[in-house]
Amino acid sequence: MSTDTEKLLWMYTNMLKIRRFEEKVGEFFAAGKIPGFVHLYIGEEAVATGVCAHLRKDDYITSTHRGHGHLISKGGDLKLMMAELFGKRTGYCKGKGGSMHIADVDLGILGANGIVGGGPPIATGAALAAKYRGTDGVAVCFLGDGASNQGTFHEGVNLASIWKLPAIFVVENNMYGISLPQTRSMRVQDIADRAAAYDIPGFVVDGNDVIAVYEAAGEAIQRARAGEGPALIECKTYRYRGHFEGDPMVYRTREEEEMWRAKDPISRFETKLMEMGVLNEAQAREINERILAQVEEAVRFAEESPWPAPEEVLEDVYTV
Amino acid sequence: MRTLTFAQALNEALKQEMRRDPTIYVAGEDVGVYGGIFGVTAGLLQEFGEDRVRDTPITESAIIGSAVGAAAAGLRPVVELMFIDFIGVALDQLYNQAAKMKYMFGGKARLPIVMRTTCGAGMCAAAQHSQSLEAWMMHIPGLKVVVPSTPYDAKGLLITAIRDDNPVVFIEHKMLYGIEGEVPEEPYTIPFGQADVKREGTDVTVVATMAMAHKALTAAEELAKDGISVEVVDPRTLTPLDVETIVNSVKKTHRLVVVHEAVKHGGAGGEIVASVVEEALDYLDAPPKRVAAPFTPVPFSPVLEQVFIPSVEKIVAAVKEVVT
Ligand SMILES: Cc1ncc(C[n+]2csc(CCOP(=O)(O)OP(=O)(O)O)c2C)c(N)n1
Ligand SMILES: [Mg+2]
Repeated sequence: MSTDTEKLLWMYTNMLKIRRFEEKVGEFFAAGKIPGFVHLYIGEEAVATGVCAHLRKDDYITSTHRGHGHLISKGGDLKLMMAELFGKRTGYCKGKGGSMHIADVDLGILGANGIVGGGPPIATGAALAAKYRGTDGVAVCFLGDGASNQGTFHEGVNLASIWKLPAIFVVENNMYGISLPQTRSMRVQDIADRAAAYDIPGFVVDGNDVIAVYEAAGEAIQRARAGEGPALIECKTYRYRGHFEGDPMVYRTREEEEMWRAKDPISRFETKLMEMGVLNEAQAREINERILAQVEEAVRFAEESPWPAPEEVLEDVYTV
Repeated sequence: MRTLTFAQALNEALKQEMRRDPTIYVAGEDVGVYGGIFGVTAGLLQEFGEDRVRDTPITESAIIGSAVGAAAAGLRPVVELMFIDFIGVALDQLYNQAAKMKYMFGGKARLPIVMRTTCGAGMCAAAQHSQSLEAWMMHIPGLKVVVPSTPYDAKGLLITAIRDDNPVVFIEHKMLYGIEGEVPEEPYTIPFGQADVKREGTDVTVVATMAMAHKALTAAEELAKDGISVEVVDPRTLTPLDVETIVNSVKKTHRLVVVHEAVKHGGAGGEIVASVVEEALDYLDAPPKRVAAPFTPVPFSPVLEQVFIPSVEKIVAAVKEVVT
């Protein structure tokens, strides 16, 4: 493997950051401090990490309702994220968006999305802008297996294909759209097969292997930067938690969950890095502690931040 | 009488109608195994099987569009749109296809479709899961629009909706699912276009729908302490709209306040006020008032959301303004 040590450690750290951040979010949701709908990404960290490892600040992403991992991977600030989840004025969206609408346009993050399938046409548009301006920037659209059945997916990918845009569609196939298993939402086994319908490359990747994701994404993004058009990457993965916090999970078995936990993307990568001599126990502990401190700092920031003022409800509707 | 929650009342209506008529099927996201994200379709799959209770992919356009085709071909679909906010994904099938087909075909189509959906703020679900879009639906000729506020109304109106031969948009406010009320066990219908006077009064007419009907009743209770007698009228259906009951109430009270959770601009309140002004201007002793949400998307933060949602205090204040 040619990936350099720094990149490997960044990916390890990033995955841990997502996990620790979200574990804390789960706790605060249970404690009633984070309101609304919260969809956790735990178990799927390798996908956003392996893809975003290739992205620059001037590249774009569109995210989903399960978006914390995408944000963190694209450079999102934990403090501003946590404050937003708490509904505080200091949050990314001044408390107006919450988990499902978190965004940082300056970092090229065009938002989490409450509408399943909302992202593909938007990513196509961001890719159009990159090409139009003559840059080699790309746009990555993260979406779920369930979202890939929406008409907007077909429309967005087709348009990106005929216009040969630098758009990369990353399907996070966690085998379910809420309660409906992939086997009952489509006939194809590999969503990447659908790439053929648009005459673009399709990759099927073990989404719990961050290096596999990194390699496939690298190829797709390189092609896109070189003007060769879009690609579709399907990452097979699994969410450990319910669809949203509070989901009774009647639609899947505890055995299936155990099977996937055994393929945990973080511990697998940790073992691999240790075998490679890139990481040792002491370093791993140190990284973990550093992240925990960052998460604690984010929580403190969120808790100490003020609520929005009532009149702020009227602001930000139009650009004036 | 026995009490049920709003969600249970809807569930019972679905079960009783499905037992009666084998052409009724239910389809939507997570309506089967999960029993509906708010539990309204619980137990249907177990009783009626997969043919009649269909879990769909995330594909709103096809959920509603297939209901149009199935209805045109003789079935009676009852489909669920998980949140009314998702209607944009499927709107063409509803407003250009379902709503107009009969008319465009010179009366030669029959489209007995019910689209059940949820609306409303109150759980910090933010801008794409909290909207009240009933006024959009009201603006489309060919659709009927149902907006129940109590478990009793929910059951009777849903049975009427299922038996109606036209496309019906049936809107359930998500904060009402848990409220309890008396509900008869046997099936019954409530005619569309028949408002219900939820409380009689003599000083002012407050017209309110869904969650706001409850807030209006609370406000009426408070205002009674100040000697103000409020009549609360719940239209129950917005299309058809029972202008007559509202106008008759205003002829008695001479004052009108309309309350809804949707944004004021372009909302149902404008239609209701205009109808009263057209028919009973001479009876009004004060300009009518509307209490509604500000013209913004629904904010996430609990403090902002509570500012957005019309409150009992705002209703009380509006009533005091029109009576003095
Ligand atoms: C247009 C639309 N339809 C339905 C929903 C409700 N919903 C939210 S997430 C979800 C499942 C999404 O499944 P998938 O795309 O596989 O993403 P995952 O949740 O598995 O990450 C559904 C049905 C929605 N938010 N938007
Ligand atoms: Mg999924």
